[in-house]
Amino acid sequence: MSNINDLYNQVLKDHRSFPRNKGLILDDSYKTLKAKNPSCGDSITVEVKIEDGIIKDIRHDGVGCAICCSSASVMSEVLKGKTIKEANEIIHDFYELIKGNMPENEDRLEDAIVYVNIHNFPPRAKCATLAWRGVDTILNTNKEGEENYE
Amino acid sequence: MNKEILNIRNDFPVLRNNPNVVYLDSAATSLKPDCVINKINEYYTQYGVNVNRGVYKLSYTATEEYEETRQIVKEFLNAKEIEEIVYTKGASNGLNMLALSLRETLKEGDEVVSTILEHHSSILPWQENCKIKNAKLVYTDIDKDGSVDLESFKKVINEKTRYVVVTYVSNVMGQILPIKEIVHIAHQYNALVIVDAAQAVPHLKVDVQDLDCDFLCFSAHKMLGPTGFGILYGKKKYLNKLKPLEYGGDMIDEVELYDNTTKDTPYKFETGTPPISEAIAFKEAIKYLNNIGFEKIEKHVEELTKYTLDKLDNLEGLTIYNKKSALKSGIITFNIRGVHPHDVSTIFDERDICLRAGHHCAQLITKHLGVVGTLRASIYIYNTYEDMDKFIDAVKVACDYFKDW
Ligand SMILES: Cc1ncc(COP(=O)(O)O)c(C=O)c1O
Repeated sequence: MSNINDLYNQVLKDHRSFPRNKGLILDDSYKTLKAKNPSCGDSITVEVKIEDGIIKDIRHDGVGCAICCSSASVMSEVLKGKTIKEANEIIHDFYELIKGNMPENEDRLEDAIVYVNIHNFPPRAKCATLAWRGVDTILNTNKEGEENYE
Repeated sequence: MNKEILNIRNDFPVLRNNPNVVYLDSAATSLKPDCVINKINEYYTQYGVNVNRGVYKLSYTATEEYEETRQIVKEFLNAKEIEEIVYTKGASNGLNMLALSLRETLKEGDEVVSTILEHHSSILPWQENCKIKNAKLVYTDIDKDGSVDLESFKKVINEKTRYVVVTYVSNVMGQILPIKEIVHIAHQYNALVIVDAAQAVPHLKVDVQDLDCDFLCFSAHKMLGPTGFGILYGKKKYLNKLKPLEYGGDMIDEVELYDNTTKDTPYKFETGTPPISEAIAFKEAIKYLNNIGFEKIEKHVEELTKYTLDKLDNLEGLTIYNKKSALKSGIITFNIRGVHPHDVSTIFDERDICLRAGHHCAQLITKHLGVVGTLRASIYIYNTYEDMDKFIDAVKVACDYFKDW
């Protein structure tokens, strides 16, 4: 039986209360995507600056629940400085973690490992992945603007 | 536990199969009693053939069962004539059908009056109509607490008003609107009134002749009936004038190479094979509610709601948005201060308490309250004091758990 404290742990609460890399730069050197979940109203805009195949910066801003907002903050820290290839692997590992599958290389997930229990709270899984999916879309489709993820 | 409620609970298989569940999401959809489920089963196992088509005995039985519902709905609403009862797929479907059928009657400069209490399914079809026809959508005033009074309708209904589109009971605020009085004002200006009764029919005795409304829509599934089925009531003189939106089988009279004539209302609005078992089983839901009696339903819901509100009064960190209007509808809309409703909802989910979190398909009123969403507990006939105690405890736990967020 999973306890609510497994969900709202200290790391998550810290990122929620003191989000890293929050606030948009609004500069052309960034690719921007507004990731939305219309059915629950969450909406996180992510900005990604890529130079020479490396993620130089990630910013985020928006509204959502604690899981959604903290996860955007965690994501920005984990993926910043990674190559696109590394970032894609970590994003993939994160999706697996959310499904309840522990990835082989768990250290790479850094703070994102704190979402390990979310598969015990299935209705909340999509909150955890929203910002990640926004960055995923930018990296792999070059799409900008808005995207809905249910 | 009150013996009568215990008996009621025993009629609901979802409650029997999930004895720990506290179901407080009846405003989203109610649970279904055995009599409704058995009737669906009866159709599929005893005479599961198409309606209105065959000339054989089974088809006759199916059609009789299917049409009997229309008569029972007519009595349920106290409609004047059976032709005024149109079968739909639900409230959203009926409200959209009406808006589409009436679109061509709108002219530039006409006004449509509505409120920000509306569910998306009543307001958005008219938002579209007004954009397309350059008509003006006019919202009544609403006070800070999200309640709309008769005065605010008087202020905006005038010679330019063609339609008033209004919810009978708000699915967020639980407020019951004074429909009869609104209709009276609208009719003085020859405006027609469309009522969204989706949240009213489970709780109130609705009498369309007394209300004198011109159209009224609701779903079966919020009043113990099956999903995918609902009713559009309209005064016969208006339904006669409306053109059908969909053409095909069942709704047609004579077909020639380049022209056709349609049947009369209600059949001209009902093309294609309908949700037959749902229509047939819906009458069992009405009988079940009538059997308990709306007076008793109102009293039970009001008692539980009052009990709950009293226990939650002045709880630190809790905001209840509709203390004044919760009682009759059993809808309690709330938030824990500073915490997103989805974060709070997990506290309830952990305790098998089912309630809704979000904007409830009514973004206008949610925005008016100045929040991204709310939590909503909705109380119905099968809920008990035990349910409410578990809910109250969970609210207290939530207030405490999130106090330092
Ligand atoms: C006030 C109101 N109107 C309309 C609807 C739409 O009903 P349905 O989804 O059954 O079409 C609802 C359902 O949530 C409602 O609460």
